[in-house]
Amino acid sequence: MSQEQTRTGDTPEYAVTRDGMVGVAAETDAVVGSAGGRRKKGRRRKGAEQSMVPEADFTSYYGRPIVKPSPWEADIPAYLFAGGLAAGSSLIAAGADLTGRPALRRTGRLAAVGALGFSMAALVHDLGTPSRFANMLRTAKLTSPMSVGTWILSMYGPFAGAAAGAEVVSLLPGRYRSAGPLPLASALGRPAGLMAALFAPPVAAYTAVLLSDTATPSWHGAYKELPFVFVGSASAAAAGLGMIAAPTHETGPVRRMAAAGALLELGMEQRMEKSMGVTAEPLHHGKAGRLMRMAKALTAVGAAGTLLAGRSRAVAAASGAALMLGSACTRFGVFEAGQQSARDPKYTVVPQRERLERQGPVRYHQ
Amino acid sequence: MTSLFRENDLWGPLDPSEEAGYGEDRPKRKGFFTDTSICIGCKACEVACKEWNDVPADHFDMLGSSYDNSHSLNANQWRHVAFIEQPKRLGDQESGLRQSVDLGMPVMAPSSPPEEQPPDGAEKPDFRWLMSSDVCKHCTHAACLDVCPTGSLFRSEFGTVVVQDDICNGCGYCVPACPYGVIERRKGPDGAKNVGIAQKCTLCYDRLEAGQTPACAQACPTQSIQFGDVEELRERANTRVAQLNDAGVMDARLYGNDPDDGVGGAGAFFLLLDEPEVYGFPPDPVVTTRDLPHMFRRASAAAAVMLAGAAVSFLGRRR
Repeated sequence: MSQEQTRTGDTPEYAVTRDGMVGVAAETDAVVGSAGGRRKKGRRRKGAEQSMVPEADFTSYYGRPIVKPSPWEADIPAYLFAGGLAAGSSLIAAGADLTGRPALRRTGRLAAVGALGFSMAALVHDLGTPSRFANMLRTAKLTSPMSVGTWILSMYGPFAGAAAGAEVVSLLPGRYRSAGPLPLASALGRPAGLMAALFAPPVAAYTAVLLSDTATPSWHGAYKELPFVFVGSASAAAAGLGMIAAPTHETGPVRRMAAAGALLELGMEQRMEKSMGVTAEPLHHGKAGRLMRMAKALTAVGAAGTLLAGRSRAVAAASGAALMLGSACTRFGVFEAGQQSARDPKYTVVPQRERLERQGPVRYHQ
Repeated sequence: MTSLFRENDLWGPLDPSEEAGYGEDRPKRKGFFTDTSICIGCKACEVACKEWNDVPADHFDMLGSSYDNSHSLNANQWRHVAFIEQPKRLGDQESGLRQSVDLGMPVMAPSSPPEEQPPDGAEKPDFRWLMSSDVCKHCTHAACLDVCPTGSLFRSEFGTVVVQDDICNGCGYCVPACPYGVIERRKGPDGAKNVGIAQKCTLCYDRLEAGQTPACAQACPTQSIQFGDVEELRERANTRVAQLNDAGVMDARLYGNDPDDGVGGAGAFFLLLDEPEVYGFPPDPVVTTRDLPHMFRRASAAAAVMLAGAAVSFLGRRR
């Protein structure tokens, strides 16, 4: 119905009936603000000049958040850490298996399945309706990193589990190892371990997309570098665990991996902060800031210790522990920074305003 | 990874129900045009929505933000009326406010010295009161729907975005995905239905299926909330904003009506009298999944680096 039709006429074309409003009320074309006042049109108001100047500050609705922070709690950053630890451990186990390092292989396979089990528990616990966790499997959606991640974990999990199973069998006293299907379980150790290692890197990397594919300013703003930070963090943590658990004569490769992972994490984190603009701020303030500072210090100390440890098991173990703690702090720090950025409208408004200043509104057809 | 997504899947103009697979006999896309210039802040929409959809009341706080005590859109608030008081005038309108007269009553704050009182006949202070009823935008490219891992959020035949309460497992991913902060996991109150499940406006899916108008639009006494076919509402909005601009209300602008915008155009869009962020809207939102192919490429590269790094670490002879 056009505006013209409703404007005049003896019988109004709208009415309030039992079924509510009928037609379009005349009020819809009330020209609010068109009449009254003593001032001439076009007269410049006080403060009009001020509005011409780009605002240094930003406007908000009573300081209330625009986007909502995720409802996730400590489960999720703990999962990010444990998932990375599992992935890195599977890679180490496969490498140790292929290069004849049995103790390192064993710790890797057992750590992977332990961390994976913890991850699953954390993920289910974080659901609003945990009894419905299996609903994740009723569909596969490429647009949902959580769905993609669920399927990656579903492929990774059984292989990691089978590899750990073979390890458990090898720990049994000899006479039990040949009982029932156990010889088969042992034989599956290597192929399962290699398959787990193949699916492990996506397990470590997808969690960055999980965070970044949101409107949470400090997560989305980090999407270019966050996957590299996370795989570095995962490699360093898993290698750190290997350094703690395996004898030093087997840990040469994991020490190289630890140092490389730590350097990747620190370097990409630095680059990430530069590319994030104003959304990097929450990484430096409050709880997130403390966590990120601890993460950097622990990772740097752990990396240095790794390179200097030599044959000292104690230094290697301490360095490994520092790397693991550093990795955990990185995950909790990034998580907290995102939550903080969502609670403050500044981080939603300012980047969008800056983009508007720079290139105008985002349009599909420019 | 880009090739896994079609050209227009993640953003840009399209008919969302057609893309979702509904056939030629599908109804036209439905939505809201909320003309805030004629909103009187009566909150009939909030009440009607709660009544029809059985949305629990969960707080009775006095927030000290003009007449807004319902805070925001959230799991238990599917329509939210914002109130903004500004020392500006609305078009040519006079506020009718006067400088207060000092009655000599005892006050808590130190009274202003008399010389600061403007003389008689001085300009009266400008004032305008903006009111706006906010609602889920039912985006053409809805991030909440894109990221939902269970398929609980779906696109209805009317082009709207609806949660299936019996499918949602409360993963909470839709909550940070929404660029407007609309959808939320219901936390309470105790005894309410669907606690732990994502909740938001359904554009009264049940009423639409019965050929009815959504409860909020039905209850709106000024038709500030107009319901109809999105295509027609967009034309109506263009006419309306031109009408207000012609009348000298240059603040009037549309928000969310452009199918080329960052969410492919909202199914529920607005006529505003100030910048979007004044009302609590993001100024230029973009659906996060627009960048998803890029994110997947970066993550794939990172995964490759991790695999290569582990391989190289083990290749050395040194023990």
